Amino acid sequence: MQLNKTLKALLVALPVMTLAACSSSSGDFDGGEGQQTNASSNSNNDNVDVGTMKPQMTAEEKLQKKYADLRQKQIVYFDFDRSTVRSEYVELLQAHADFLVKNPSVKVLIEGHADERGTPEYNIALGESRGKSVAKYLESLGVSDSQISVVSYGEEKPMVKSRTEEAFAKNRRAVLVY
Amino acid sequence: MLKHFKNILLVFAFGMTTLANAALEIVITEGVDSARPIGVVPFKYIGNGEAPSEISSVIAADLMRSGKFKPVSEEQMPQLPTTDEEVDYDAWVSLGVEAIVIGTVTQQPANRYLVKYELIDVLRAQITGGETRMMSNGKLMKSQDHVMESRQSVIDSDSFRYYSHQISDVVYEALTGERGAFRTKIAYVIVREEQDKPYQLVVADYDGFNEQVLLRSKEPLMSPAWSPDGNKLAYVTFENRQSQIYVQDIYTGKREKITSYKGINGAPQFSPDGTQMLVVLSKDKGGATEVYVIDLETRSEKRLTKHRSIDTEPSWHPNGREIVYTSERGGNAQIYKLNLDTGRSRRVTFDGDMNLAGSITPDGKQLVMVNRTLGQYHIAKKEFDSGLFQVLTRTRLDESPSIAPNGSMIIYSTLHNNKQVLALVSMDGRFKARLPVLDGQVKAPAWSPFLQ
Repeated sequence: MQLNKTLKALLVALPVMTLAACSSSSGDFDGGEGQQTNASSNSNNDNVDVGTMKPQMTAEEKLQKKYADLRQKQIVYFDFDRSTVRSEYVELLQAHADFLVKNPSVKVLIEGHADERGTPEYNIALGESRGKSVAKYLESLGVSDSQISVVSYGEEKPMVKSRTEEAFAKNRRAVLVY
Repeated sequence: MLKHFKNILLVFAFGMTTLANAALEIVITEGVDSARPIGVVPFKYIGNGEAPSEISSVIAADLMRSGKFKPVSEEQMPQLPTTDEEVDYDAWVSLGVEAIVIGTVTQQPANRYLVKYELIDVLRAQITGGETRMMSNGKLMKSQDHVMESRQSVIDSDSFRYYSHQISDVVYEALTGERGAFRTKIAYVIVREEQDKPYQLVVADYDGFNEQVLLRSKEPLMSPAWSPDGNKLAYVTFENRQSQIYVQDIYTGKREKITSYKGINGAPQFSPDGTQMLVVLSKDKGGATEVYVIDLETRSEKRLTKHRSIDTEPSWHPNGREIVYTSERGGNAQIYKLNLDTGRSRRVTFDGDMNLAGSITPDGKQLVMVNRTLGQYHIAKKEFDSGLFQVLTRTRLDESPSIAPNGSMIIYSTLHNNKQVLALVSMDGRFKARLPVLDGQVKAPAWSPFLQ
């Protein structure tokens, strides 16, 4: 799915890059792909336009691109009254862990939140155990605990301010803040 | 007779809603029928201009809000007497009224006023004809035992509300045998989203008047709790991007940091003697959320719970030797009672899916809590001796119950029209009222101790 997206992006980007060959602007991605070299630098000849191919990404480059995309997402949602990380967030947290391991000076704050059901004090505890679940998962992937701090806001900072099941689901979350 | 009562009730229900003009205006949702009719006659003003404030309307609102009384409206009153001699006992009794409050306000020099009032048991007076003869030291004496209270005081113009509440306390205690709590305050948190510092810690009179903001913050405020002398509030603030417990003097504004550990710093509760504080911390490595007690003088702390699961919401027994707290050690959250001398905990709630936020009534006999049954959160109580369990409310997402210092009423936070508001329920569950605020979400109410 994610690979598919990258491929599509590439298809769209290729013609743009050939057109942009004279402008020496950098690429549209920050995912580490090779940039086009200034094709006209070795020739003052206006009679030809030199095109370039984008080199095929290595597996590692693809993974980095995927992680960079995943890191745009910073919220992990939880089931009611639960603080276990759902399997669907494994890749998301791997992406964040990879980044944090490679950048040991970067710190992340994990905010734990709860929906409004239950008491404020209970929800503070629940929010913290959600934050700690995420922290533990990151640590299991090699992130140093000195890079991570956890704060629980319980039910005090809902993201959605209505009281429907959908709103509650959006509010049961942990947010990674860099 | 009963039918007659009902007519009065209807008039009352429509007539009384405009009584209060406070930031928190009360809407009685249940329990008018079971209240006792009482007459609070407008006090006659003797002086120039107008009286600074209406004493009788404040008393009537207090008595109505107690859930135990139903003041008849002025239009229903058969007469407006100001002294016992003027009272037509039969006329009041025939209305179903058992007692009336009458009085006068007389202007004095220098912005002062003499307030005189009497509480008259019209039922008793009807029987005795206003005079009883009784033997005293072998002599037959005349007595007026139908006059339950007769008092006077000189007050200044700023003290009318306060003195009215004091009269309410006198009347309430004379008629119920229970101390009145009309000169108390409530602390609560308001979230006013549109403001630069939306989280506000507020103290108001128990009826919502004289609202004072004690702290405004950009980050959440939680869990206000009163010191037993009523001079300080402990609370949780996130102003430094983490939870911290502070104590603030409500008169000087002086703030003192109590805890600022990594993790949770929450749920402060002053001990009944004011020397210690229960708090919830999660600082211990590998430890979950645990209950601690801090000596406020030496700042030494002692961990009271040791369990992998959540332990929170500690609250003192009035004896200062026991506490109750919420624990998830049995799977779902339930309330446990811990004896501080023996260190032993014992589970005390078994009804419904979960029980949370326990607190013990001032007489030590009942536990008030948030009960979850079939996914619904309501305020409930349990009698320790009989084990009798009763759900008291039927509002939505009820939380943060706080008991009045006389044990008559519980104030709590609930949801109404998708807004958090405060609500009241009497300890027997019969009287229910809502205190809608004009702006913002209101939560975490804490009823003060007696303040005099």
